[in-house]
Amino acid sequence: MVDLIAKSPAEGLLPVTHGDLTLRELVHDSITSVAPFNGKEKTVSTALKRTVGAGLPDVGRLLAGDKGEVLWSGHGQYFVLNGKVGKVNAAVTDQSDAWTCVALEGPGARDVLARLCPLNFGAMNEGDVARSLIGHMSAIIIARSDGYDLMVFRAFAKTLVHEVAQAMRSVAAQARL
Amino acid sequence: MRISCPLCGERDRREFYYLGSDDYANRPDEGDFDGIHHYLHLRDNPFGEGREMWQHEAGCGAWIVVTRNMTTHEIIACELASGTAPQARGAKA
Repeated sequence: MVDLIAKSPAEGLLPVTHGDLTLRELVHDSITSVAPFNGKEKTVSTALKRTVGAGLPDVGRLLAGDKGEVLWSGHGQYFVLNGKVGKVNAAVTDQSDAWTCVALEGPGARDVLARLCPLNFGAMNEGDVARSLIGHMSAIIIARSDGYDLMVFRAFAKTLVHEVAQAMRSVAAQARL
Repeated sequence: MRISCPLCGERDRREFYYLGSDDYANRPDEGDFDGIHHYLHLRDNPFGEGREMWQHEAGCGAWIVVTRNMTTHEIIACELASGTAPQARGAKA
């Protein structure tokens, strides 16, 4: 069998550093969308607890398990990161190659995103998840302990890196003044 | 203008897509020609409070019934359409 070489969405574009701010790519082993059928949230949650170690989180939250993470990704929809989803009562799609995932870290990460996104980042705590816009791109934003994970559709990798890096450069330049 | 998504909380208007009056939530039965005519073509143009369909398109994707004052743009109430539509259909039948 031919062993194909996988290319990550932001390959050759990242990492980028400006001042104390860094933007690096996150490569997840798998991203699985899970949309529970009507009224089946409980059974899906129980099944995920077994395979991932975390059940379905509340709206706008992420739950970390010992074998992956489950995050709310929209109305009636959840994403499982790096975890196994067995046969569950839900519409399940493999989206592993469909998303560009990056981590924005460092002091001032919030100021960078404030230039690109209409969210109130002051109200977001670690483990909070929001769907919103970065520039004109529909995105998933996850608040982490030292920054934010950003997810946009794979084809927007270059635009995302360009937009965020430009805002990082500007924020870092202002911090030096 | 800011709209309170029942799932995501208060968000900027740019995240939302506007469809129109909540008449769109009451789909007529197949073969009901008067109903279809009304559904497609006839709209009130209210002064003051009205109910509209908005979608949190760039957010959670949910359809929302927004009660809004058309004169002042004040948002009075926001509720998930997925909870209200079946009742609305039931009330019509």
